Amino acid sequence: MTTQAEIIPYTAEIRSDTGLFNAKLGIWLFLASEVMLFGALFSTYILLRVSAVEWPQGSSILNVPIGTFNTLVLITSSVTMVMSWASLKMKNFSKYKLYMGLTILLALTFLVVKAFEYGAKFEHHYFPKTSTFFAIYFTLTGLHGLHVFGGVVLNSYFWGPGSKMWQTHPERFVNRIEVAGLYWHFVDLVWIFLFPVIYLL
Amino acid sequence: MSDAHAHDIKKEVKVYLMVFVGLAALTVITVAISYLHLKLFWAVAVALCVALIKGSLVACYFMHLISEKKLIYAVLILVVLFFIGLLFGPVLGHHDPLVGTVHVS
Repeated sequence: MTTQAEIIPYTAEIRSDTGLFNAKLGIWLFLASEVMLFGALFSTYILLRVSAVEWPQGSSILNVPIGTFNTLVLITSSVTMVMSWASLKMKNFSKYKLYMGLTILLALTFLVVKAFEYGAKFEHHYFPKTSTFFAIYFTLTGLHGLHVFGGVVLNSYFWGPGSKMWQTHPERFVNRIEVAGLYWHFVDLVWIFLFPVIYLL
Repeated sequence: MSDAHAHDIKKEVKVYLMVFVGLAALTVITVAISYLHLKLFWAVAVALCVALIKGSLVACYFMHLISEKKLIYAVLILVVLFFIGLLFGPVLGHHDPLVGTVHVS
């Protein structure tokens, strides 16, 4: 046992060979794997759809106005997320708290609306087993919803106890928020493709 | 020095708000077009084009890809290649079915 605490390198300072702090490269590699995860399911969707004898138009089964509302909610949360990072860059911690809080509330709004949507489907006895359409609908939106939930947990930590790091290691904290933001914008990005594919086409 | 930096961020904030307006407008546009009930090919083409523009706006500005380091671009080039492979994999499989596969149509 050494008495000196292990120090994680390149949390704030830039590595000269990559030109990045480590977490930035890490999150992009993670997002690359996420593209593969969602890409496989999108590929599945295309295969199921083109090989189906008939396929319902999303708008005939799903509620387009509610889907549109949720799209706007998620887009707004992406803006508040990037604003929370920009606020820290401008050394305005209270604004950071405000924007991060809004991001979390918007994400929760998205989940509550989605839960009501699921509830309405279950009431009409539409389940994943009902049809291939509903199987892929629940799989894609469910997996996306889990990502939103993960974002809420992560951002809540950075809004609450995790924000103490601003006092001790401000640069490292700003980088953490940037990385959390990259994840959150990716979740928004997935929905930007999910919404037209499932609801509109 | 730090004043100039803060000024840059303020400029960026204006860009974020413009991107936000663009994203909201494109969302309304794509929904409005869906109510025109275009033929499936055109509906898919238009919806995917709008989604690509929206996605690019988020990636370029919110995710700062417009000014990122080379290594990140290298990772993304790999992602694009593998993603294309992923989308076309089933198509290739369609023309090279497993022995005993029965096609019903």
